[in-house]
Amino acid sequence: MQLTGAQALIKSLEMEGVEVIFGLPGGAILPVYDPLIDSSIRHVLVRHEQGAGHMAEGYALATGRPGVAMVTSGPGATNIVTPIGNAHMDSTPLVVITGQVSSAAIGTDAFQECDITGITMGITKHNFLVKSAHEIPRAVAAAFHIATTGRPGPVLVDIPKDIAQSTMEWWYPENIEELDLPGYHPVVELDTNAVERAIALIKLAERPVLYVGGGTLKSHASAQLRAFAERTGIPVVTTLMARGAFPDSHPQHLGMPGMHGMYSAVTAIQKSDLLISLGARFDDRVTGKIPSFAPNAKVIHVDIDKAEFNKVRAATVAIRSNVAAVLEAWDAAEAMPQNLEVWWKEIDAWREAYPLVYDEPSDEGLLRPQFVIESIAQAAQPGTIVASGVGQHQMWASQFWKFEEPGTWVNSGGAGTMGFGVPAAIGAKVGRPDRVVWCIDGDGCFQMTAQELVTARAEGIPIKVAILNNAYLGMVRQWQEMFYDERYSEVYLSPDLPDYVKWAEAMGCVGLRATNIEEMHAAIATANSIHDVPVVIDFRTDSSEKVFPMVAAGASNDDIMVHPLQRESK
Amino acid sequence: MNSPEPFLGATSHTPVRHHILSVLVENKAGVLARVAGLFARRGFNIYSLAVAPAETKARFSRITIVVDAESAPLEQIVEQLDKLVNVVAISDLAPKDALERELLLATIKTNVDSRTSLLDVVGTSGAAIVDVDAGSVTLMLAGTPAACDELERELENYTTIELHRTGRVALPRLGKAATATIPD
Repeated sequence: MQLTGAQALIKSLEMEGVEVIFGLPGGAILPVYDPLIDSSIRHVLVRHEQGAGHMAEGYALATGRPGVAMVTSGPGATNIVTPIGNAHMDSTPLVVITGQVSSAAIGTDAFQECDITGITMGITKHNFLVKSAHEIPRAVAAAFHIATTGRPGPVLVDIPKDIAQSTMEWWYPENIEELDLPGYHPVVELDTNAVERAIALIKLAERPVLYVGGGTLKSHASAQLRAFAERTGIPVVTTLMARGAFPDSHPQHLGMPGMHGMYSAVTAIQKSDLLISLGARFDDRVTGKIPSFAPNAKVIHVDIDKAEFNKVRAATVAIRSNVAAVLEAWDAAEAMPQNLEVWWKEIDAWREAYPLVYDEPSDEGLLRPQFVIESIAQAAQPGTIVASGVGQHQMWASQFWKFEEPGTWVNSGGAGTMGFGVPAAIGAKVGRPDRVVWCIDGDGCFQMTAQELVTARAEGIPIKVAILNNAYLGMVRQWQEMFYDERYSEVYLSPDLPDYVKWAEAMGCVGLRATNIEEMHAAIATANSIHDVPVVIDFRTDSSEKVFPMVAAGASNDDIMVHPLQRESK
Repeated sequence: MNSPEPFLGATSHTPVRHHILSVLVENKAGVLARVAGLFARRGFNIYSLAVAPAETKARFSRITIVVDAESAPLEQIVEQLDKLVNVVAISDLAPKDALERELLLATIKTNVDSRTSLLDVVGTSGAAIVDVDAGSVTLMLAGTPAACDELERELENYTTIELHRTGRVALPRLGKAATATIPD
């Protein structure tokens, strides 16, 4: 069967089970958009290529399946660089198809030419510049294989226009050997010796902590984590990337560690004698000052990527594996720590002394952002998916929303990409149309990518967006208040410019505003009653609210600052 | 390159804790950029780098990289390299287990007075004259990096017009760990 390269590309995506592509056409990718008309694959037409990338990420984070985005060459390709970098930092499986100028024009500074494989070399897991139509099936199959196996990540496939227009005899790789990847070996046999050595450490532990990272979600190990944690009684912390891997309602869950983590989670790690790291990477936002991070702890480091071992913190035992397999092996061997009664007594005392708090909600002044999030959460049905941008609202969402299952928290962790929330929420809703999707956003973030609500309305993707509008770039404001003597430099945004309600309405969404508690509850109820179009609520929140607890950048986790309400008791 | 020393001639300042990585890569466009880019963005120092097709199979090339194991833990360098999809195999050669060779080419200004003594230097160093004209000679030495360093020092007494070194290539000494072998 003779196909054009473009047809072969679409057919290859169908072979990979792709149900939706987020994209925007342009000159170099034009040939590929023609056979797309005849394909069963849904295409979501975005308003900016960055939106396509973040939607694909949101889709991937909510479903566990790779997200697919397609854009044209030059600026189309550079516009999706931020999502690619974001996916690279958060190990999100993504396949990005970019058009490229014709082969003969490459290197001539042709119209809309850019070296996107060169640009993304450092922020993709791998990328391909396809040299012939015959190679398209192999490149696509390899892209999906690489994106989804081992430590997942983004893979870019760059297709010159003439290659898409030329013809090939259809074929598709039938096995991994045909992908021709002699240097790619994502799966290794479990090192039983290392598993045994880890068990020996667990048996001696009196103050162990399960330090659960995003890799636990990536390896679908939530059930194994819960079984292991419940059998051993070991306390659990879940990083920003792992929220939902272990139920927040579970009594053994101490919450999130790190810069804005729970006091008990941060302190348990600091005082632990054994850190069991499951798909976590000792990010600086978790460790604080590295030399004083968990100074007395031995470390069991489980990761599928062996380059993470000893990168930040020396591992006592390193096990290269997916998280699920190790937990199963430990359970099979009935690995048990020492009696943890004393340890839990200490932890419970910390939990009791320093729970999450904020100032009493009041009708004096503006809304408390934490109260807004709690109120949305209380009114939300179980299984609601929450996406967020980056900043104070993200930390409050992670702290105050109670996550009970995987795939319900969609956020930008490692890269900290403002503007992630709205498009990621749209992608999540496309992947899980059965779920309610809330985007908890900040006013700064919202302004970066809000145009994708036009996409959401046009494509029938009814997400709900809560803007915590404090009229500031809030996290930067918080740092300027705390560390720059309240010298506020370029952080004020205005609560009224833009008018978020009118903007929402102009984009075909329902726009609501809430300035007091009564309006807040009413707006949430209204939003929950609307199922056909996107809803945007402009919550007017208090800019003086800060995120606590907080470990200052570069400080030791021992110097955690609790909320002012708790300071006298400390 | 993040080398604090100028790249050219940097082999004569080989760091004490250097290691030689023999890296087998797929012979595809951009592979060298992927390897070099990784070193640059991770802050690993390269002291020399030599690349050429490996053995008989045209699909693979071998890159010999002398790395500064003080700039980053060797384990990190190797593991990050190994994550590159086009990198097929890596072997780490400790200097004592490695047979290292390098090529030096130098064009030296000569006159009647200096020519005789230069010929002595050529003779004792094992170098060869490969080109001559009225006012200069080009000589060549294929030898250990130390021999090349030594010759370079000797040549400081003359006026050097141009001097190039290739950076070393290496194989394990017989009986030591094998270099990265080409998969079947």
